Amino acid sequence: MTHLLDQPVKTEASGAAVSPAERTARRGALLHWIAVHALGIAAALFFVLPFVFVVLTSLMNDQQALTRDLTPDTWEWGNYVKVFETPGFLTWWRNTLLYAGLGTVLTVVSSLPVAYALAKFRFRGRKLSLMLVISMMMLPPQVVVIPMYLFWAKQLDLSGTLWPLIIPMAFGDAFSIFLLRQFLLTIPDEYLDAARVDGCGELRTLVRVVLPMARPGIAAVALFQFFYAWNDYFGPQIYASENPAAWTLSYGLESFKGAHHTDWNLTMAATVLVMAPVIVVFFFAQKAFVEGVTLTGVKG
Amino acid sequence: MSKTSPTLRSKRRGSAARTVAFMAPWLVGFGVFFAYPLLSTVYFSFTQYDGFGVPRFNGLDNWTWVFRDYPMFWPSVRNTLWLVLVMVTCRVVFGLGVGLLITRIRMGTGLFRTLFYLPFLAPPVAATLAFVFLLNPGTGPVNSVLGDLGLPAPGWFNDPSWSKPALTMLAVWGIGDLMVIFMAALLDVPKEQYEAAELDGASALQRFRFVTLPNISPIVMFSVVTGVIQTMQHYTQPLVAGKVASGVIGGSGQQFEPGYPDKSTLTLPQLVYNLGFQRFDYGAACVVALVLFALAMAFTALLMRRRGGILQAGE
Repeated sequence: MTHLLDQPVKTEASGAAVSPAERTARRGALLHWIAVHALGIAAALFFVLPFVFVVLTSLMNDQQALTRDLTPDTWEWGNYVKVFETPGFLTWWRNTLLYAGLGTVLTVVSSLPVAYALAKFRFRGRKLSLMLVISMMMLPPQVVVIPMYLFWAKQLDLSGTLWPLIIPMAFGDAFSIFLLRQFLLTIPDEYLDAARVDGCGELRTLVRVVLPMARPGIAAVALFQFFYAWNDYFGPQIYASENPAAWTLSYGLESFKGAHHTDWNLTMAATVLVMAPVIVVFFFAQKAFVEGVTLTGVKG
Repeated sequence: MSKTSPTLRSKRRGSAARTVAFMAPWLVGFGVFFAYPLLSTVYFSFTQYDGFGVPRFNGLDNWTWVFRDYPMFWPSVRNTLWLVLVMVTCRVVFGLGVGLLITRIRMGTGLFRTLFYLPFLAPPVAATLAFVFLLNPGTGPVNSVLGDLGLPAPGWFNDPSWSKPALTMLAVWGIGDLMVIFMAALLDVPKEQYEAAELDGASALQRFRFVTLPNISPIVMFSVVTGVIQTMQHYTQPLVAGKVASGVIGGSGQQFEPGYPDKSTLTLPQLVYNLGFQRFDYGAACVVALVLFALAMAFTALLMRRRGGILQAGE
């Protein structure tokens, strides 16, 4: 499709007469350009305005937050200090970082060898294993939650902690295995053969050759896993709800609203503080993230 | 059958051991966190069990109770159907629309792409709280603006007939994942096909219908099926929206009438929580869990059976 901006700028006065057909075509292109960008701006407003209203409300005083006003009269930056001073808020931060941080490391370390085997080894049952990995990936966590809860709470006495959520990540996460496998498929076998010819064992090949090449895939998986833990609500609700000292931000945020029922300004400030780290991380790792999303949408 | 020399056989056995070693984390995980609990779920579904004592076999009692007498079962099936039809359709149509839009934008493409993508990253609890506030019927910004324009102001999360549309808006807001997937697919459509169509005098609409759509249809299918699977599992958003909008929230213990308002936001996963962790009826909770399992696996099979699907990709 030729585009208005790609065409050399010609004016009526520049000598050769412009045919009426060409003029219509050019006007059509201009209208198209305007329509596309106007639509783009409208869509951008839809995606951005909720954030804007949340931030604006988080800076209102508690009286004004209950009115229909859209912008704050006085800018109450102290709301954010108040949120941090709320009992528990810092504990939720610490717990979330533990769950997300440790969980991510465990997931990557345990999923990479499995993904490598599924992508590069030939063995009987490989296709079956892959189908089972995909089934696990699609399995709603609620399906197995009753026996899992009984296992962690009754047999291991670990309810009231986040360990029932962290420990399983040391045993491979289906989604991460699948994503890493998709990525490892793109590494040509010649590199692996070369390493083997040089006398590397499979483990050394994985660490010395595959690991450096798979860095973008690993980054994507780590990000997804970090965000998964950060966003998880169901897990902490099942295992940590009885013990506020084990709550995470996503779980605590809801109870924050409960404790401040009418203080929309403080609730919105807390909401901003839960959203902000995710968005900051995204800006630093945008490329890895978008690549990961594209990998999940397998090309047909 | 060819004879296998002893060395080759031992080498092959060595490679089997190697495969098992590399697969080990997942093999353990598969057994402990998938196969064992899944079988237990099936077993518990035929027993009466509240977590104390031993499970007592009671045949099909849980199954008939859930399907016939549990007042929340059919409403949540109906809600799920509604969400699958409306929410999935809206997400795919808007995701494709925004994907088409972003491939045509020439000015500030990077900025637009980032802005369109950001809401997908918002943590679900935070995003839901934000939407309950934005759509708060009394003083929320959306109804303020609608009121100023002289338009009717719906009750959104507080009105049974508007709560699912409100959830759909929240889901459409977080459309960034689909946008990126569609964008990649649209950029993969061979340029020559568009040029040929243009030479044949095809209109923009015809080019979309006969060039774009056939090329991206596998991706559309993929996003519909994964969308259905995700929607059946819709949990955090309806639960948090119901709790916050009803005003009944807080830490442990406080009972909340699930599905507020009037069961309109109930989904199957919420029933597992309601039965298992509020009523301590583990048997019935496992019945609902198995219904959820059957649905999820049926659609996953669809995803895997598709030609050139998820399994074949890249091979």
